[in-house]
Amino acid sequence: MRKVISLYLPTWPTDRLRRRLGASAPPPDTPLVMIGRDARRRIVTAADAAAQAVGLRVGMAATQAHALIPDLVAHDADPEGDAAGLDRLALWALKRYTPVIAATPPDGLMIEATGADHLHGGDEAMLRDLVRRLSEAGTAARVAMAPTFGAAHAFARLLPKPLVLVGDADLEQVLQALPISALRLPPATVDGLRRLGFDRVGELNATPRPPLALRFGADVGRRLDQAYGRLPEPIEPVDAPELPFVERRFAEPIAAPETIARYIEKLVVLLLEQLESDGLGARRLDLRFYRVDNLVEAIRAGTAKPTRQHKQLVRLLTDRISTIDPGYGIERMTLSAPLTEPLRYHNGSTLEDCTKPDIAELVDLLANRCGEERLFRLAAKESDVPERSVKRIEPMAAATELRWPLHWPRPSRMLKRPERIETIALLPDHPPVQFSWRRTRHKVARADGPERIYGEWANSDAELLGVRDYFLVEDDAGIRYWVFRQGDGEDGATGGQEWYMHGLFG
Amino acid sequence: MTEIGVRPAISALRDKIARIESAERRSNGALPFGIDTVDRRLPGGGLALGALHEIAGGSAGAVDAAAPALFAAGIVSRLPGQILWCMTEADLFAPALAQAGLDPDRVIYFHAGDEVSLLTAFEEGLRHGGLAAVVAEVRRLSMKASRRLQLAAEASGTVAIALRRWKRLAEASDFGQPTASATRWRVTPVPSTALPVAGVGRHRWFVELIRCRAGESADFLLEACDAQGHLALPADLADGPAAAQAWSFGTAA
Repeated sequence: MRKVISLYLPTWPTDRLRRRLGASAPPPDTPLVMIGRDARRRIVTAADAAAQAVGLRVGMAATQAHALIPDLVAHDADPEGDAAGLDRLALWALKRYTPVIAATPPDGLMIEATGADHLHGGDEAMLRDLVRRLSEAGTAARVAMAPTFGAAHAFARLLPKPLVLVGDADLEQVLQALPISALRLPPATVDGLRRLGFDRVGELNATPRPPLALRFGADVGRRLDQAYGRLPEPIEPVDAPELPFVERRFAEPIAAPETIARYIEKLVVLLLEQLESDGLGARRLDLRFYRVDNLVEAIRAGTAKPTRQHKQLVRLLTDRISTIDPGYGIERMTLSAPLTEPLRYHNGSTLEDCTKPDIAELVDLLANRCGEERLFRLAAKESDVPERSVKRIEPMAAATELRWPLHWPRPSRMLKRPERIETIALLPDHPPVQFSWRRTRHKVARADGPERIYGEWANSDAELLGVRDYFLVEDDAGIRYWVFRQGDGEDGATGGQEWYMHGLFG
Repeated sequence: MTEIGVRPAISALRDKIARIESAERRSNGALPFGIDTVDRRLPGGGLALGALHEIAGGSAGAVDAAAPALFAAGIVSRLPGQILWCMTEADLFAPALAQAGLDPDRVIYFHAGDEVSLLTAFEEGLRHGGLAAVVAEVRRLSMKASRRLQLAAEASGTVAIALRRWKRLAEASDFGQPTASATRWRVTPVPSTALPVAGVGRHRWFVELIRCRAGESADFLLEACDAQGHLALPADLADGPAAAQAWSFGTAA
């Protein structure tokens, strides 16, 4: 299944302007429009959310807009700047997300996500991350993922949710309910179709083609087929000219995995020569396959440390050849390194280097197969609250200094969240005599505690007075548990005095 | 119990078998527990390096695998080098492993999405050869999978520890199925001795060596890992010298 993302930026020109103006930008609740020329009329070419809320629309005459809102903030439209900004955004996304991305002016990006989600923790996590990063930068964004770009484009613009994921199975069902304006047809064609009584994509799809083609041209059929995936939609990916880049063209298209693997080896050698002369090591590699039918397939591989190891990089790339569909054949392969870091030679004894393979290679291999976020180290964090005292760091991060204090025992398994237990315990500072957890009653034979942990008032007001008293209890079978009481056993303000199970020692 | 191990005919036969086996299997050495009663029962005088070992918890421990995790942490903490810890449920609390002697900087965790990728990572980690040990919290371990792991471990000399952990208590009967592992352990917590004052003492485990290749099964009553990852014989059970020895091991490292 192909996965294509359409990113839709509904208010790109105004968002870009606000960002450019920085502190001097009008506040977000002030209507802001961009005024441009359409032949001899001055019209509104973009309106931000506040402007749309007071009834300003794109395509409205500028004079009318000024008449509606007397103190309207209007700026001159800059379509070239917007398009250039979109190209820069595409380059940013190229470096960050997937190897095949194209700008679709005036207001979106097309992102080919097939085979790239593994580096971002799955499709949905990747889409969320994309929307979050854009909204943090002050750009409103809606995004949809679908098996075809035509469908993704329509979903991003017409479905009410800001984040849409549609798989192969539901594609037809979701698509047929959409209005025909979803199909990227010229407005005149949409009007004409409406006059004939076509409202929904499903109705249009069920109609015989020849009469439609006679009246409206081949466009209607083509857009329909592109949306349903019956016709391929080639993409011309953006390229950053400054990146290390090598390519290979084939007189005869290639398709066999062994052949592809052989050329991967050759391309990696060429790229490494470039990187070596620049003193760089690759952190990420993009391998693109241009098929005979103009479609682009891609493999992206990442490494934890900058590297120029031929064997390692070849393995990372060839590991994913099976995800590539060569179709009728591949006529061109390109390999680029969108992310690089300086890498110096280091003088080491060759004997010493040979003894142990580098762990980073293993980390890269697993990360490229299963996802970067699945590999981590756990390091200590300055916090007394047990669940906050552990943080995940990158697997190849530098050695940490901080250690957990060793004087209080800690359980080897922590429950995801503390579970309520029923206890019989003396207040204020005695451990429970018995408790029931998950419908089993345990008699406490021995106990240690309390270890008092105070809420972190710096984090939230709710924790200002909060106290937890932790006890290590051993039941009569010898199994040890870590339980705590919310509150200090005397003062109601410190907690409700309920008991919770938090961890197991075994 | 111990006489069988030293009977001359048996040991001669054992040597013979070892010679036959060594043609295809190379020995990678062993990691002693530092407790004579335990090491004597293990061929090579300790836990074989470059081999697959299975550890499970007894009773409720089959589901939460809390004590077995510490037992495994104690073993791998005494090996030099990096450790890969694969799991499907991320409920391990790292400070506890640090208290069993395992430095947090030495462990790379891999949180697998499913059992298949867990086993793949387990095997890749063993094949790689740069790691000291790979610990994986495995639910099902077929004969075929375990043989692959055993071969990978043998080739690289990396210690493979399959921490068996089941979703339900009823599934734990799976532990009776044969696998290619070198040893199979079950760790069950037992009540610790009462201290003269209020509080709890060092945790005590009933450690069963259920299966041992080229050895016999045995069981031991041991005290849980100290801060250097060493187990110990309980002082009230051990005769004088052994107890002293255990203590000296505990403090020497």
